[in-house]
Amino acid sequence: MTPAPAILLSLFVPLAGAVLISLSGRWPNVREGVTLVTATVLFLAVASLVPTVMAGGRPEATLIEMLPGLPIYFEVEPLGMLFALVASGLWIANSIYSIGYMRGNNEANQTRFYVCFALALASTMGIAFAGNMMTLFVFYEALTLTTYPLVTHKGTPEAMRAGRTYLGILLGTSIGLQLLAILWTWQIAGTLDFTAGGILSGKASGPIVGVLLLLYMYGIGKAALMPLHRWLPAAMVAPTPVSALLHAVAVVKAGVFTVMKVVVYIFGIDFLRDSGQNQWLMYIAAATLLIASLVALTKDNLKARLAYSTISQLAYVVLGAALATSWGVIGGSMQIAMHAMGKITLFFCAGAIYTATRKTEISDMAGLGRAMPFTFGAFLIGSLSIIGLPPLGGAWSKWYLMLGAAETGEILMIAILMLSSLLNVAYLLPVVARGFFLPAPQPASVGAAAAPARGGIEEAPLLCVVPLFLTAFGCLMLFFFADPLYRLLEPIALP
Amino acid sequence: MIAAHLPVLQIVVPLIAAPLCLLLRRGALAWGLALLASWAALAMSVLLLSQVLSDGPVSYALGDWAAPWGIEYRVDSINAFVLLIVSAVGAVILPYARRSVAHEIPAEQHSAFYTAFLLCLTGLLGVAITGDAFNLFVFLEISSLSSYVLIALGRDRRALTAAFQYLVMGTIGATFIVIGIGLLYMVTGTLNMADLAQRLPPLGQNRTVVVAFAFLTIGASLKLALFPLHYWLPNAYTYAPSAVTGFLAATATKVAVYILLRFFFTIFGPEFAIETLTLQHLLVPLAVIAILVCSTVAIFQDNIKRMLAYSSLAQIGYIVLGIGMASPTGLTAGIVHLFNHAMTKGGLFLALGCIFLRVGSVRLESMQGLGRTMPWTMFAFVLGGLSLIGVPLTVGFISKWYLVQAALEQDSWLLAALVLAGSLLAIIYVWRVVEVAYLRPPPAGAAAVREAPLSMLIPTWVLIGASIYFGVDTSLTVGVANKAAVMLLGGAP
Repeated sequence: MTPAPAILLSLFVPLAGAVLISLSGRWPNVREGVTLVTATVLFLAVASLVPTVMAGGRPEATLIEMLPGLPIYFEVEPLGMLFALVASGLWIANSIYSIGYMRGNNEANQTRFYVCFALALASTMGIAFAGNMMTLFVFYEALTLTTYPLVTHKGTPEAMRAGRTYLGILLGTSIGLQLLAILWTWQIAGTLDFTAGGILSGKASGPIVGVLLLLYMYGIGKAALMPLHRWLPAAMVAPTPVSALLHAVAVVKAGVFTVMKVVVYIFGIDFLRDSGQNQWLMYIAAATLLIASLVALTKDNLKARLAYSTISQLAYVVLGAALATSWGVIGGSMQIAMHAMGKITLFFCAGAIYTATRKTEISDMAGLGRAMPFTFGAFLIGSLSIIGLPPLGGAWSKWYLMLGAAETGEILMIAILMLSSLLNVAYLLPVVARGFFLPAPQPASVGAAAAPARGGIEEAPLLCVVPLFLTAFGCLMLFFFADPLYRLLEPIALP
Repeated sequence: MIAAHLPVLQIVVPLIAAPLCLLLRRGALAWGLALLASWAALAMSVLLLSQVLSDGPVSYALGDWAAPWGIEYRVDSINAFVLLIVSAVGAVILPYARRSVAHEIPAEQHSAFYTAFLLCLTGLLGVAITGDAFNLFVFLEISSLSSYVLIALGRDRRALTAAFQYLVMGTIGATFIVIGIGLLYMVTGTLNMADLAQRLPPLGQNRTVVVAFAFLTIGASLKLALFPLHYWLPNAYTYAPSAVTGFLAATATKVAVYILLRFFFTIFGPEFAIETLTLQHLLVPLAVIAILVCSTVAIFQDNIKRMLAYSSLAQIGYIVLGIGMASPTGLTAGIVHLFNHAMTKGGLFLALGCIFLRVGSVRLESMQGLGRTMPWTMFAFVLGGLSLIGVPLTVGFISKWYLVQAALEQDSWLLAALVLAGSLLAIIYVWRVVEVAYLRPPPAGAAAVREAPLSMLIPTWVLIGASIYFGVDTSLTVGVANKAAVMLLGGAP
């Protein structure tokens, strides 16, 4: 066990960043500079932990003893390492993108936006590195509260309603169900430390395990397991960078990450499988996966479609956990990274389209691909990665999930995974096809400046396009360099 | 030398300062004296608590008359804690009071206000410190009478009816308490609490004792506003001057809870109160009803002061629930929530006082856009609200943690779920305010609103800061509460 200042650093860097951003609010260029520097320093701090964790080390740090026996305590293990890397790395790309998007759309209250963003990232780091369930819960709640101002950023009645749904479901489930589950675990096990192999084995049995699992799974509202998924589409009212980083990466991944942590380190996969209580969770995950894909098919609003796609893809992670096998856990954990890279690309594209053309509905996007080839090209790559086709990163997570399903002999789950990939094709690719192959509608009244010259390229601002190009490239890279990822995750699944 | 007389000085200093305030006549001078007295009281209570924590209970014979004849002041971990709560809130609110009182109360009444305030402080401290049952009643009356005056000073004319309502209910409560004490004196021939505690158990289920117990329970419940005896509280809190509401909300009901604890556990003893009379079957349901009903009522209030008053009733429900569970964990939860709720609700009422100063109203619709115009005040309000909800890193979370744990220890799933359901209701009533303050623009044509003055902001933030700090570092609060709980349940002090 090695104490590591880098852990505390990665908590305090975004916090300090938030303070500096609010101080430099009067000078937008300085402010954005601070954001970028903060994001980069944070990523370096997180990355500096990688070699230790790869070598089997578990860096740790204790902040303060909050309650007797329950300190605010951090310990970096592979799963958290992966999550922190993904979130902090994508924050850099997202910060660049935010500059282009927020300025391109003349959004108000930009300082508050960047401050809350930094605070949300600090909370995310706390979740990723949490060494016990108490610490995780503390930062989980902090993440909900710091993202609330981002969801209601526009301040319209619609944003207010969305904020209510967001806060109501996330805070309600976490206090009403998750806290109860945590207290119960504390009561039964006498500890909340994340321990390899779980802390409940031998201390709980029978239906208690099932009830506890139910409380956890629905208490973690951020995992958006149906029917508690409503907050995610509601949160799409936020500016697109928020949807991209928080509601495709940080917040939702914090949810499924917590699911993974609970299954692997609180229950323990062997214990969960032997108890047989993972069965119903598997079916709920599978149902969420299919239903959300079907709903996505019906959505014409691009961000809404992507939101339902996210719900469906999150269910993959939960399914991986519910399979309670080594391959399932590896597949589910990889899905956290792969889906993050793919989905943030798609959201970046949606935002870029909006910034350039003000279009939000898919049916309006006919022919846009020819005006915005880079954006739509990136959208294609992101889509293929989400669908799970090689040579893109998403292929690996789907592959390991299939292996996990095969390992347990759940033929039905394999079938559902295949069906779901087909559904992904059905709701993602038409967007691209419409953009590239359908002719652009002719404007009714042809004015001098109404119709752009055919074939002319009219992309979003450069700062919007570069990040989505980078993340699309990232999807490709994740396919070829999945091996380090696998080696990182191996110890948690195959002890 | 002077350390030996701390217990009596704790009372004498504010008691002497009170009439002096009246003599000074000038409001500013009276305020200065009251401020000094309250800070001295705080210093003494801190010293007393540290003395109790290191050396065990302190006993002080008033005028050197030995216990059965004279009055004994006896300080152990539970009342040292209550003394600290009361004096700390008093010391924080007085600096705040200057601007707030100048705004809300006519100048010629200022010295009277500070006199009444100090008398109220004296009374509350006296109730907490005394080891003599009748003396407790005397101090209770001092604090009650002065609080009727304080409430009646409110600018709204309805303050008069509110004070009168409280006067009637409070007097009934005090009378019940004195009847209970009289009955106890009848059967035991003593008024000293320690003697009472020794002489009562041999009497067993003597009918007089049971009746005395009933009178004391109802009397104390009236004073602490336990549902359904809470009728007086919302009006009193709503129409009292802002500083008074903050002070009373944070201290008066807490001291009444202390009376309940003292009688139940020290004088009658847990065996009698819990095992023989099964008091928990009365307290727990009432507490749960208080939590759910009053939180729900709070949701529908448009006057935010009244909303917080109903929230207080619900929070009192949490405290009583902890007491009713009568386990070390439950009692710890109840006692720690005395402190936690005092900090949070005190801070919230002070924030409202700031808003009242600048906006002239505490109705929901008048708070539009305040997130922008009074950022510090509103942010303090949000943090206090989060503590009411019980979000981690606030004191509210600590209380709920222990409360739910106590419920789980007794396998009462329902209780655990209901406590958490109370939190969910709190989300709704807190967020109504947040939405209006942050997401609605200031009403068109309204006068520009400035941030509250520092002399009011700092006290507000001290209390709110305390409700964050003690939510992170709980060693002092939970440590003392746990010690007190074990002592009350008959373990080593």
